[in-house]
Amino acid sequence: MSVPRERIRNFSIIAHIDHGKSTLADRILEQTKSVSLRDMEDQILDDMDLERERGITIKAHAVTLVYNAEDGQDYVFNLIDTPGHVDFNYEVSRSLAACEGAVLVVDASQGIEAQTLANTYLAVDAGLEIVPVINKIDLPSAQPEHVRQEIEDVIGIPADEAPCISAKMGTNIGAVMEQIVKHVPAPDGNENDPLRALIFDSYYDAYKGVIAHVRVKDGCVHAGDTIRMMSVGSEFTVVECGYMRATCFEPTGYLEAGQVGYITASIKAVKDANVGDTITRADNPATEPLPGYRAVQPMVFCGIYPADGAKYPDLRDALEKLQLNDAALSFEPETSVALGFGFRCGFLGLLHMEIIQERLEREYNLDIITTAPSVVYHITKTDGEIISIDNPTNYPDPSLIAQADEPITNAHIYTPKEYVGNIMDLCQERRGVFKDMSYIDTDRVDIHYELPLNEIIYDFFDALKSRTRGYASFDYELAGYQKSDLVKLDIMLNGEVVDALSFIIHAEKAYPRARKMAEKLREKIPRQLFEVPIQACVGGRIIARETVKALRKDVLAKCYGGDITRKKKLLEKQKEGKKRMRQLGTVEVPQEAFMSVLKLDE
Amino acid sequence: MNKIGLYIHVPFCEKKCPYCDFYSVRGTEELLDDYTNCLIERIKYEQERIGRPADTLYFGGGTPGLLGGKRIARLVEQAKACFGLENAEITAEVNPGDHLEDFLQGFAFAGGNRLSIGLQSANDEELRLLGRRHTAAQAAETVHAARRAGMQNISLDLMLGIQGQDRESLRRSIAFCAEQDVEHVSAYLLKIEPRTVYDKRRDSLKLPDEDETCALYLLACEELEKAGLKQYEISNFAKPGFESRHNLKYWHCEEYLGLGPAAHSFLNGKRSYYERDLRAFMAGAAPVTDNDPEMPAGCPEEFAMLALRLTEGLRDGAYEARFGTPVSDTWKRAAKRYEQAGLTECKADGFRFTRRGFLVSNALLSEILYNS
Repeated sequence: MSVPRERIRNFSIIAHIDHGKSTLADRILEQTKSVSLRDMEDQILDDMDLERERGITIKAHAVTLVYNAEDGQDYVFNLIDTPGHVDFNYEVSRSLAACEGAVLVVDASQGIEAQTLANTYLAVDAGLEIVPVINKIDLPSAQPEHVRQEIEDVIGIPADEAPCISAKMGTNIGAVMEQIVKHVPAPDGNENDPLRALIFDSYYDAYKGVIAHVRVKDGCVHAGDTIRMMSVGSEFTVVECGYMRATCFEPTGYLEAGQVGYITASIKAVKDANVGDTITRADNPATEPLPGYRAVQPMVFCGIYPADGAKYPDLRDALEKLQLNDAALSFEPETSVALGFGFRCGFLGLLHMEIIQERLEREYNLDIITTAPSVVYHITKTDGEIISIDNPTNYPDPSLIAQADEPITNAHIYTPKEYVGNIMDLCQERRGVFKDMSYIDTDRVDIHYELPLNEIIYDFFDALKSRTRGYASFDYELAGYQKSDLVKLDIMLNGEVVDALSFIIHAEKAYPRARKMAEKLREKIPRQLFEVPIQACVGGRIIARETVKALRKDVLAKCYGGDITRKKKLLEKQKEGKKRMRQLGTVEVPQEAFMSVLKLDE
Repeated sequence: MNKIGLYIHVPFCEKKCPYCDFYSVRGTEELLDDYTNCLIERIKYEQERIGRPADTLYFGGGTPGLLGGKRIARLVEQAKACFGLENAEITAEVNPGDHLEDFLQGFAFAGGNRLSIGLQSANDEELRLLGRRHTAAQAAETVHAARRAGMQNISLDLMLGIQGQDRESLRRSIAFCAEQDVEHVSAYLLKIEPRTVYDKRRDSLKLPDEDETCALYLLACEELEKAGLKQYEISNFAKPGFESRHNLKYWHCEEYLGLGPAAHSFLNGKRSYYERDLRAFMAGAAPVTDNDPEMPAGCPEEFAMLALRLTEGLRDGAYEARFGTPVSDTWKRAAKRYEQAGLTECKADGFRFTRRGFLVSNALLSEILYNS
């Protein structure tokens, strides 16, 4: 596969969720015969179960393909897949930085959506050549010419050559390939310069250690070289490097400027091969790393506890293993009166959090309880000290707080114009501050709001979908901190505060939320031998109250004929049931009660 | 060694009651004969195998009354011949309204001395709603017939929480029991068992709600005691000295042999039962061992679970006689937590459940045995 650099094409595919990015990737794999039909499982690139189910790419993946073009020449295509969710924007930007071009897939019936725009701008900012493609022309509602115009008007790139395709049916894929050959520039760079390779993805493999996916920008790297991670300074010896083919690794012993491939170097954890970092050679180091490295910053935090306290070490092991592969996941031990020993975990966003929870449950078979997600608040105390709080337990006494600040986002919502009213109502409810609104085309608008991050981490996206019948899309970025009127809401069961149910909330929101939580807990907590009062309070003042009545009747009245097995079974069932309960003081609370109060709008 | 109890299941009913999940089939004269013969052989066989005397014999059903005088007499006599049954309590369950003269004569003649009559209610409308074919008047006749046959120990069954029942009608049912001057009453809360007709019709039943059912139970306990029938178990009430000796064996975790399909045994530290299959039983099928690793037969938890059905409760004396140590302090402490709420009564030598405690005894047991 020795192909000169001018016949290498490094590109990403960018698209909104469900616009067909992965399907197009699969077709390209198929047409370059990179995968035999037998191995062809739908959406090869999304190889985590979760990704397949959610239909989104969580991690970037890359693959090297050979395409025999119409000019008779073989071209090397390095297809770099990008994550498709705003939580992973940074990963997207690094994947794009590894490319010279991006195939922009737009759904012929849906048109341009928030993510399309957000990712396209990221690509444009990265200096990429955009190759627009209009997908799903097989749909009856497809309006390819309308979408073509939209691409030109909204994104401002020529779209007259954009192929109209159906990735699903395999229609016109060849035109996409030719567009890539024609429009995506060949990589530049000099193999004689000191090595600079950009890590755009890395993951942990039980046999090889960390496998870093890299784009070599300058110089070259060989097996046996000692390499250095420029951000942290750690050094490793390259064990293997080569291409990532669709179904296997192809070791080549070296990688040079312009190429995309993998490097293994007995690296123990992905945090030693951070996405965005630059690899150089220890014996001939580059002076400057590649631009754009950013340490990952968790934005959302929650407590994760094993349902069974004895599984604490298992949970720690599982988190450590996940972290090997996910430098964005942070965790440290914490204890809760209600839940015992667990971990405070930090995530890029809510989706990232949900993914980690699901992986813990599915891949590690752990029963876990999570506490309400929280953002990081900045609290200025009366003595002038400024502290960051991501855990309600550490929230200072109100008398010690001089000022509280909360993170604010710049949010863009793209929607057909008939939903503008609904969206503005929603953003108003979420304490949004309207910034501006512009028309994307005659019937779609871009609404720009400033929204507090803690208003969008629970269920904003769900609420947005339901109020716009799924038509609106949404994208946000952190825009700093603002002074806010925050309070800590506590829940008491039988007079005792349950720390795991506390959270920090805007003062105006405390009352309705307290009501809802108390109601939900009353539904979820089974009757017990005692009456259980549920109280929600702010600063010692009770603002909502409910009662779980005492159990009245639970008896096997008949126990005759010597048949005591039923009685025993009943008792055993009760004993089993207890295992799913949390003993909080005198009150037993089922695990699902903790979860349900996090989803109050269901 | 203590004498054992003997239980014989008579799995025949003319008609299945819609709430009942005890095992029964329709019986023909021929089948009743065959079954009786089969039991007689089994009694002999078990006597040889076990070689221990018994001092209680209980015919449960089904409808033992269907056996008629001759068959019941043969069975009682065979049991006596094999298991001694000296000064024994010998009970049979009967339905009011059945033609019982012949049965009662044979039963009493062979030595039967206790009759348990399925009254259920003294209110004819409630009986109709329950799917019973008898009336209160017929039940009164059955009591008289039993007395005439020489029964000096008669028990009436009542049901609580049934369709149409309210506090007033329950008072009338209890007054009926008092008028009949019976020695014993069993009053059970209706429980809808899976796979019964009631279970299928669950949604259309107009049953008293949970709070009302609890009130009915507490009322029954009070009224029965006023009538001189003292509560000794969750659902059982007796004049002093007339507590069911056979049933007490179950609750005292003592040993018994059960014969017949669906009959349970507890012998030599092992619990076992026959499948709910008359043909298989008659063909000689072996009992199934009820091996429960979570709660081995005769273990402290099982002993406590049964003892706490009784008003005497769980006491150091009986417990120590069985296990060599007093009742565990953890259990005692756990029970103490519910005294304030009126669910338990605790003393230094043990504890018991109150009536309100009985009503939630499943949850309470699980709290005390497994949450301490």
